[in-house]
Amino acid sequence: MSETRSLRKQSIPSLLEKLEQNGQRIIAPQPAGPSGTPWFTDLDRERHIDLEQMTAVSPKSGLFPVVEEILRFRKDGKQVVIEGDKVKVQPTVLFGLRPCDARGLRILESIFQEGEPDVFLRERRAATTVVAFSCTAADPDCFCTSVGGGPGDTEGSDLLLSAIDDDHFLVEIVTPKGKELVELGAGLFEPAKESEQTKVLAAVPVRFPIADVLTKLPALFNLESFWQEQSLACLGCSTCAFVCPICSCFDLEDEADLKCGSRLRCWDSCGQRLFTLHASGHNPRSVQSQRWRQRVMHKFSYLPERGRKARGSAPAEGSTSLLGCVGCGRCSRSCPVDMNLIERLTAIAESDL
Amino acid sequence: MAETVRRTSGQTVVNDMEALRQRARELLDAGTVQVIIGYANGSNRRVRPFFARRPEDLERLILDDRCVLNLAVYLRKPEVKALGKAAVIATPPLLRSILQLAAENHYQESEAVFLALDSAGNVLELSSAEQIAGVLGSLPGSTGQDACVPSADRMPALSAGSTDRQARFAFWKQEFERCIRCYACRAACPMCYCEQCLVDSNQPQWIPVAAHSIGNLEWHISRAMHLAGRCVNCGACSEACPAGIPLNLVNQFLADRIQQEFGQKAGTSAKLDYALSVFSGSDRETFIK
Amino acid sequence: MSEFEPKIIAFVCNWCTYAGADLTGTSRMKYAHNVRVIRTPCTGRIDYMLILKAFSAGADGVIVSGCHPGDCHYTSGNYHARRRWMVFRSLLDFLGIDVERVRFAWVSAAEGAKWAEVVNTTVADIRRLGPYTEYQNLIGRGVERSFQV
Repeated sequence: MSETRSLRKQSIPSLLEKLEQNGQRIIAPQPAGPSGTPWFTDLDRERHIDLEQMTAVSPKSGLFPVVEEILRFRKDGKQVVIEGDKVKVQPTVLFGLRPCDARGLRILESIFQEGEPDVFLRERRAATTVVAFSCTAADPDCFCTSVGGGPGDTEGSDLLLSAIDDDHFLVEIVTPKGKELVELGAGLFEPAKESEQTKVLAAVPVRFPIADVLTKLPALFNLESFWQEQSLACLGCSTCAFVCPICSCFDLEDEADLKCGSRLRCWDSCGQRLFTLHASGHNPRSVQSQRWRQRVMHKFSYLPERGRKARGSAPAEGSTSLLGCVGCGRCSRSCPVDMNLIERLTAIAESDL
Repeated sequence: MAETVRRTSGQTVVNDMEALRQRARELLDAGTVQVIIGYANGSNRRVRPFFARRPEDLERLILDDRCVLNLAVYLRKPEVKALGKAAVIATPPLLRSILQLAAENHYQESEAVFLALDSAGNVLELSSAEQIAGVLGSLPGSTGQDACVPSADRMPALSAGSTDRQARFAFWKQEFERCIRCYACRAACPMCYCEQCLVDSNQPQWIPVAAHSIGNLEWHISRAMHLAGRCVNCGACSEACPAGIPLNLVNQFLADRIQQEFGQKAGTSAKLDYALSVFSGSDRETFIK
Repeated sequence: MSEFEPKIIAFVCNWCTYAGADLTGTSRMKYAHNVRVIRTPCTGRIDYMLILKAFSAGADGVIVSGCHPGDCHYTSGNYHARRRWMVFRSLLDFLGIDVERVRFAWVSAAEGAKWAEVVNTTVADIRRLGPYTEYQNLIGRGVERSFQV
């Protein structure tokens, strides 16, 4: 195990205060709206951090904002002046993530660093410290263990805090950045005793054999009836993509007037008809079943395939190293028509083609 | 023999599913319809839309107060249309939608069959707008607030008589800031049938695509304006919203205003003119100088 | 600090109010200079989005004006507009947007003096209300910037 510390639960407010004093922006899940559902936002004065319920939307906006201004332009006589060649983001702590969320950020990073690295996401990641908490409870939509993760997984976290009893967290220092954060909070962290090394973790059963999903998908591609049946109820609302920690498609929008403008990078989704609509009027994914297929194939076939190619290694049977899914279950929880992903992946694993 | 429908504290518990299933079975057997669109138990205590094509599927049909998603949206989905003629297990909000769609020439007579339960537990088989309009008012749960749908009474800033404009602004500002522009509200709405939505048009780009404060406010105002006089308050938009924004309240407010001002209510008749495409010389204009 | 000068956008119809505003000028009547007039074919053309665009471009107030009922060049454009404004105004109020800042008026081609009065009253009222910072603060909100300006 990595280097560890112990942290009292009651020290968390002091820790957050110290981080803020140090100029860190803190983004954490806090109750929002009439239903009080937790939402990742800038830490407000109330400081009610909700670590119990899972947020409806993943914290990917910490690295990949919903709307990100990536440059500005203005007319100066006959010249066009571009501002924004100097990427800069505020040092940020993403606080209160789940291990699946943190793992999702790692996958997001590898997607954006493939080919020409995305400088915005890279700089955001460099300026961000991820503080995740192990899961002590899971619900039937959780399936992290089926896709290579786990309730105490450290992947993608800089610090992982795990409950060991009602008053203490075991702090695992996963990266040098995590170590820096511990140093910032000096005085709050104590050495972890031998008796304090056992994490209390949720039991998350494996729900389906992912290796079968990966091997069976390519052959299912042309089986239209299969995808139609899977997505008969799909409304094409894209909620699944917007709540997903990994979905990374975006749309570039220029908002401008006669003098100046901004280029904005906005979340987008392959579930929408407009996503693939050509200027000619032709739409290569003309019906919802094709869009659903794209969603599944992208996550469980194209991404793993690209990951293997990038590493130049032979296809490792059932490798989960670059899946487009961390099993957080948000898509299943948010889907207005209950298109449960576990059910659909199980059907894929069990298909006999 | 059908049992009665029990209503307890706003929840409609339907005990006579067997009668509904029986009628659905007859329709499938006779070949009158090829699919029954209804609700079934889903995963993790949720309900889901269900498409029954074989008699043995019918056992899975359910109907309770969780069944908020408006099934009318499926009547325009190509993959569902391809299954053949449908019978739809109908709730009052769905029937209101069908009436409004008919008023807008988006539901053709006999396009589908609707199976509803009256307050005595009898199965009603409806296919024309006229039949629907005739029975709608007497169906259980056809009046009052649907249990699952957010209500303004629960939001202090909006409750009747609140004169605090700034509190309302703060409320909606906060709510709309959570909007991620997934357009689930639009996808779940039976009245949002436009081939090209105004927000998807970019010549000109009226509403910013970006999910920033201005873009979100303009989107939600436009959504409300486009549904003004058309929304039947089924609540499917709020139900679908992943951010839990009580969107239906905006539509419901406008529906009430339109009823007060122009004396008409969407989803009550297939013969309604669109409130904003007609006018009266006596329309109130106290706000105009 | 200099006194706050409200920025007012007026959407007017071509046939009545625009001509009325012209008359104000040719009659050499002085009125507040805070208004920028945008001419549209008819009040029926004044989409609610135009009003929102004025605010998101930083206006402190908006005037919407056209022919009196019965006078519409296209017979009924203003009647349609009247209904739409009623619904739109209710909606704005429900969402907490300050409806005091959106003024509706009928000004005919003969009412040069009325136009001056509409503008002067609006400017005085908006001056009293102050800049519409509540709405203007929304501009740019919700956008994460990734670069240094």
